[in-house]
Amino acid sequence: MNTIIIDYDAGNVKSLQFALERLGVNAILTNNSELIAASDRVIFPGQGEAISAMKKLKKHGLDQLIPKLKQPVLGICLGMQLLCDKTEEGETNGLGIVPTKVIRFPNTVKVPQMGWNVVTHSNTGLFQGIEQGCYMYLVHSYFVPIEPETSAKSNYAGEYSVGIKKNNFYGVQFHPEKSSKAGSQLLENFLKI
Amino acid sequence: MLTKRIIPCLDIKDGRTVKGVNFVNLRDAGDPVELAKRYTMEGADELVFLDISATEQKRKTLSDLVLRVAGALNIPFTVGGGVSSVSDAKKLLRNGADKIAVNSAAVRTPDLINKLSKSFGNQCVVVAVDAKNINGRWMVHLVGGKVPTHIELKDWVIEVEQRGAGEILFTSMDHDGTKNGFANQTLAELSFLVNIPIIASGGAGTTDHFVDAFKIGKADAVLAASVFHYGEIKIPDLKKKLKQENIEIRITNENS
Repeated sequence: MNTIIIDYDAGNVKSLQFALERLGVNAILTNNSELIAASDRVIFPGQGEAISAMKKLKKHGLDQLIPKLKQPVLGICLGMQLLCDKTEEGETNGLGIVPTKVIRFPNTVKVPQMGWNVVTHSNTGLFQGIEQGCYMYLVHSYFVPIEPETSAKSNYAGEYSVGIKKNNFYGVQFHPEKSSKAGSQLLENFLKI
Repeated sequence: MLTKRIIPCLDIKDGRTVKGVNFVNLRDAGDPVELAKRYTMEGADELVFLDISATEQKRKTLSDLVLRVAGALNIPFTVGGGVSSVSDAKKLLRNGADKIAVNSAAVRTPDLINKLSKSFGNQCVVVAVDAKNINGRWMVHLVGGKVPTHIELKDWVIEVEQRGAGEILFTSMDHDGTKNGFANQTLAELSFLVNIPIIASGGAGTTDHFVDAFKIGKADAVLAASVFHYGEIKIPDLKKKLKQENIEIRITNENS
């Protein structure tokens, strides 16, 4: 089984690689379409900013490839947001897999949200065996609203999605590679899907 | 609810942890990776590594250290000290740092904050500010607090937020090393002035000081070094106390 981390210059992928290594998986970091298409699992990381991220995906034709993938795909942070139709961040179009628009937190709270927040979830798939009300580490200014695809929720200026699932596409807003034991469990669950 | 964060700070010099009292008289406080692992197990929410030798001398060891830390930790960490360009930052982020702290270089070249924020997103740009109360005015200082500037703290925090900082690490030089508590009044004013998280630093001595920094100082996170390094305050005890005081905090019973 091989696991790919999509390489599009998105911030900190090293920690993700290390987290997978601790689970016994040597993930390959690449932007090569053929390798990605032929892999068993794809992780679509994200950190940074939507416009430049989409530009980089387009440069390698990945904006066309990712929505067509049939194997399990896990979008993390900005990677989850880009699975959606649109984002308010620079009014950018995403990959159009989950039909919703990512919006910015209101200024009634500090933006970005930074730190550990409580997560409640479906207890299935990615979240199987993870404690309800566990803490996950989040750093973000934009969020995915509650939708039929929501698989996990948190609360910051109201409830919003920190987990989504549509067909073979999974997204988490928090950083599992930085979320201690619960995060590691989630990555392990993804590797078993 | 988003929880308040407890952040042990590891001051690094030549690859080792040290802690200065009022920024001088350094004492060795151990191996950074070992300490980092211990804090993670004890329930630290995040860690900060500040290379205090960085602005004065070359430090090739820092990016190697970052790689070792990233391999050992599953909580977020910030690295700072002598970061003065996008390529410096990129190297550290690529090696596994989650956030980059900039201090002196940002004051000298404020545009650096814009550049970092554009390149990596504001969530990984922490602007560290050292300030001192001089005749009733809080003034920003450089190079680990050695060089005074004519910049007022309040003007500077507003400017760094506008330029794209994702977080502010405010160290009161008047309180640092004293163990008499944080600059709570000033912290609360800063929290009112900007809409990004503020980490309080300088002055931790007792668990009550942490309570005050959150309740009076409105801090989003509190950073401390020696009280943790020398075991004067244990993170699990501190968190229990904060919980009793109805402060939202992450309580874990994990060993990883």
